[in-house]
Amino acid sequence: MPFARKRAVAVDRIIVVAFNAPFRLEDSGEGMKQGVDPDDLTRPFWEAANEHRLVIQNCAACDRLQHPPARSCHQCRFGDSLEWKEVSGRGRIYNYGVVHDCPIRLLQEDQPFNVAVIMLDDDPGIQMYSHLSGTPVDAVPVGADVEVVFEATANGQKVPEWRVVAQER
Amino acid sequence: MSTLPAPASVYRAKEGLGLWEHRGKVAAVGIGHSPTFRRWDGTPENSVGGISLEALRRAMDDAGANPADIDGLVMDPSTTTGAFWPKGKPLPWEAINAYRRTDDPLDGITGLSAEWILANMPELTGIGFTTYGVGCMSNAICVAAQAIGDGRAHTCLVLKSWHNLEGRYYQGGANAGEAIPGSSAIRSLWGTPACFGTAVQFAEYCRKYGKSHDMMAPFIENSRRNGLKFPEGYWAQHRPEEITPEDYAAARWIAKPANLFDNDLPIMVSAAYLFTTAERARHLKQKPVYILNHATSRTRPRSLTPTLDEVEEDTARTARKIYEGAGITADDLSFENMYDGFALFHQFHIEGLGYRGLKFGEALDFYQTDIGISGPNPVSPSGGNIGCGRSRFWMHTDCIQQIQQRAGARQVTGVKPEIAVSGGPMPVGGNYMVWSATPD
Repeated sequence: MPFARKRAVAVDRIIVVAFNAPFRLEDSGEGMKQGVDPDDLTRPFWEAANEHRLVIQNCAACDRLQHPPARSCHQCRFGDSLEWKEVSGRGRIYNYGVVHDCPIRLLQEDQPFNVAVIMLDDDPGIQMYSHLSGTPVDAVPVGADVEVVFEATANGQKVPEWRVVAQER
Repeated sequence: MSTLPAPASVYRAKEGLGLWEHRGKVAAVGIGHSPTFRRWDGTPENSVGGISLEALRRAMDDAGANPADIDGLVMDPSTTTGAFWPKGKPLPWEAINAYRRTDDPLDGITGLSAEWILANMPELTGIGFTTYGVGCMSNAICVAAQAIGDGRAHTCLVLKSWHNLEGRYYQGGANAGEAIPGSSAIRSLWGTPACFGTAVQFAEYCRKYGKSHDMMAPFIENSRRNGLKFPEGYWAQHRPEEITPEDYAAARWIAKPANLFDNDLPIMVSAAYLFTTAERARHLKQKPVYILNHATSRTRPRSLTPTLDEVEEDTARTARKIYEGAGITADDLSFENMYDGFALFHQFHIEGLGYRGLKFGEALDFYQTDIGISGPNPVSPSGGNIGCGRSRFWMHTDCIQQIQQRAGARQVTGVKPEIAVSGGPMPVGGNYMVWSATPD
């Protein structure tokens, strides 16, 4: 399971990146995710990830999370009440696919690999994708509990990832 | 002034609108298809502009219409299958200069404006209305039907064209880079191919209803068999290869549980229809096929990809809109031609419709019965994208041809072709049309 092994290495490396030294691309090894250049819309999400916090855009007026982030609330259509809300970082695996033909060049040598759809405990309507580091290819426990971890990408920006913590509820 | 997209208000996207106010008053009377190609060969005549001119002229000829009598043009200006002209690559001036140009030199090569069409079809002397139905032919036909019903045009050409260039699509640009913008990264970092969302929905469908991927084999086999009877289609023209259940089982995965045959093949092709009023249609060459309704789903999924629950809610809602505006029920459908350009979501469409009484979770069992064109329950008689290549319009052409009784070897024989429905693309978010042999 080469992808699972490489992913595990990449997650372990986060500790080094976070506490010891600035990230260098040459440290990244193979199979890392593309780097991320935060933009105005998503900067708080990425900055929080670098601090190992998971935040999701929330409309305070509607008391409703939304992800991916947008300029306005999909329910009330206004943008004035949008804020960033920290969530628990716990979730559940909805289902998954195994990618054998990936369009992203940096990930192609790791094919096949899992991509699971995670539903947040804070609001199951909110999804995030995950490579599920450490989970063998095509052996994803649908319905299992997961928790967030933070993984370095090719330019050092961290990204929320997920790992299985308990089997199906 | 440049042609603009049709406003959102043109589309019938809400429930409770009642019968379509122009029900049976608009008709399709002509069809024109270009030849198909896997990729552009660099010649002017096979450019997306060149094949579009061919399709448009064939549609007028098929209907027996005088070009000077055409007063409307509705089309989709986007033509890409995912291929864009590479940065820095010299422009194809020989093809560009073979036609009258607009300000954009790649107009007619990797995109298509109404202005380019009109500049290169001097015979269209009466055009007073142009607009874009952006997305697919399914958008354009809804816009054109409404425009004719509203009296904005009385005889309208409707066009959708596709270009495809060398190289694997979606492999260049940002996907080949070391970093991507944060907004894109939220969704794209995980390297999912286009079929991923459908693959996950299908996995959940199989888990929920106890089905399996191999149960799709009869649908795939049927689609390719029907597609090989569609002389306008890519597979019939270039690679007349059937797909057996063994082929299907052995196909490589793209995003498991979606394999190669669950995905369509990007091609170059153009199709045009001629729509007119029911009154004028009576005087043209082909039997009119009346439009009973058009309907649209504009539902936005809550998050990254629609869940199965979201899909089922929306396909059921779409069906209610389709039936309400047309004044029909599922029992009135002679056959269905819903979209299949991922094969794994066709069952979502037809379960939502309640085609032949199907309920959610039943379509894969239905596929194990006779779904062929000679039986009582035809499924996708066009062959769709799986049987003919990626165009998203075989389903519409087939509905028109079946009802006109000129679908040739593909003609349904187990049912009388009176009312049919087609449309897509996605089960959550699409545009649909109800076609009928009679206006009432």
